[in-house]
Amino acid sequence: MPLITYIEHNGREHKVEVPLGHSVMQGAVDNAIPGIDADCGGECACATCHVFVDPAWLGRTGTPDAQEKSMVSFASTAQANSRLACQIQVTAALDGLVVRMPEAQH
Amino acid sequence: MSQPPRIIIAGAGHAGGSAAAFLRQYGWKGEIVLVGEEPLPPYQRPPLSKAWLKGEAKAENLALRPPHFYEKQAITLRLGTRVTGIDRAARQVRLGDGSTLDYTALILATGAHARPLTVPGHDLPGVLALRNAADADALQAALRPGQRLAIIGGGYIGLEVAASARALGADVTVIEREARVLARVAGPELSGFLAAAHAAHGVRIVCDAGVAEILAQDGRAAGVRLTDGAAIAADAVLVGVGALPNEALAHAAGLPCHNGILVDLEARTEDAAIFAIGDCTRRPLPHYDHRRHRLESVPNAIEQAKQAAAAICGRPAPVPEIPWFWSDQYDLRLQMAGLAFDTAVSVVRGDPRAGSFCVFHLDVHDRVLALEAVNAPADFMAGRQLVAKGARIAPGALGDSGIDLKSLTG
Repeated sequence: MPLITYIEHNGREHKVEVPLGHSVMQGAVDNAIPGIDADCGGECACATCHVFVDPAWLGRTGTPDAQEKSMVSFASTAQANSRLACQIQVTAALDGLVVRMPEAQH
Repeated sequence: MSQPPRIIIAGAGHAGGSAAAFLRQYGWKGEIVLVGEEPLPPYQRPPLSKAWLKGEAKAENLALRPPHFYEKQAITLRLGTRVTGIDRAARQVRLGDGSTLDYTALILATGAHARPLTVPGHDLPGVLALRNAADADALQAALRPGQRLAIIGGGYIGLEVAASARALGADVTVIEREARVLARVAGPELSGFLAAAHAAHGVRIVCDAGVAEILAQDGRAAGVRLTDGAAIAADAVLVGVGALPNEALAHAAGLPCHNGILVDLEARTEDAAIFAIGDCTRRPLPHYDHRRHRLESVPNAIEQAKQAAAAICGRPAPVPEIPWFWSDQYDLRLQMAGLAFDTAVSVVRGDPRAGSFCVFHLDVHDRVLALEAVNAPADFMAGRQLVAKGARIAPGALGDSGIDLKSLTG
């Protein structure tokens, strides 16, 4: 299973294995990793699973669709590497992915 | 203390399951016992009227957390039973099997139940409600191509089921008591738009219609007779006329209830050791003069789960949120934020005929109170911020799609 590293805003790291086909959001929620709220359960409706994708991985996480782009652009801390974790599907190519969480999701 | 610290959560729905997870995230080291009446660990209810009903979701997609989560997080699941009584003086609950458990803190997450119809025939086989997974499975069995479904109540559940039923090829009639669908929870612009969308998908909507009785044939529901005498033939009848809070347990324990268990912004009841969260509560709304309201929504369940977990773990209270809701019907993504109390003006931004627009509701001082977005996620996100800020925006500017809402949220 691909290993994903989640880094909280305070720097604490969590390395967990996430099954193929799950989303990066599910990987955090299923392992009780703080910093990703995921209020809507992965419907791309709430923008509470905002993460910053490590720049080295941007080429492999794909690009957000129009809906995700407009949702995430309103996060107060949005950056060029902002994504909604529920919209990143875990594939073998993402083994080693590093994402960082913003200070707050609301 | 002779007993180890223990939190008991009565109710294993979205609110109860989330509270258990947040307690661990926030550092609670004592026991957590999650008591649920249904045989399943906590699962997500929103898909029951949508992806689950259409057969597009698997049980594992529905689960709030994977099965190993509870063991890993040392959360004890007591499923298939419920809390039947609370002894507040002894800080002890009684379970369905007669056993008792002491608590340090108790969280009531008992949810809501479908408001029953009282007309003749309401208890016939084939008269269905939709609150849980078992209900959804029974409903799905009735939705074969060509089968006729009569839906009593044009609220969100009714309309979501109508859309799913059409996708499955069933023939659908929605019976609404008021003059328009969603009369209680949406503005007339959104009601009109959705009524037209459902009609375009072949749903028949009958408004201003009272239900006189459920008709029977061979001991099963066979249709609905309206108060004007008209009869609507059906193979199954779904009743979606609202939900009532499950507050009997709290009421019997002497906790103040009034259309919901009364709680504060820490989700605490009158008893400092008892919290209540989710659909069963009536809570203050900080963005609306702290008036009390019952919010039946997943975001509210999660917000109150955080409030209770934070209070129990001695963490600062989370920042109050703007209530919000979502719904999916056909290819329409609906996102609503805020509550339209005291609305004076409604402004439409975008073009409903193009299927993408947002309706803003303002008070007499042009303060943005609420909004309803259809396939307009950017307007939803911006609007939510406008509501949070209590922003006053000239209606003309809100309605002008040429003006970037982001420039107004600053």
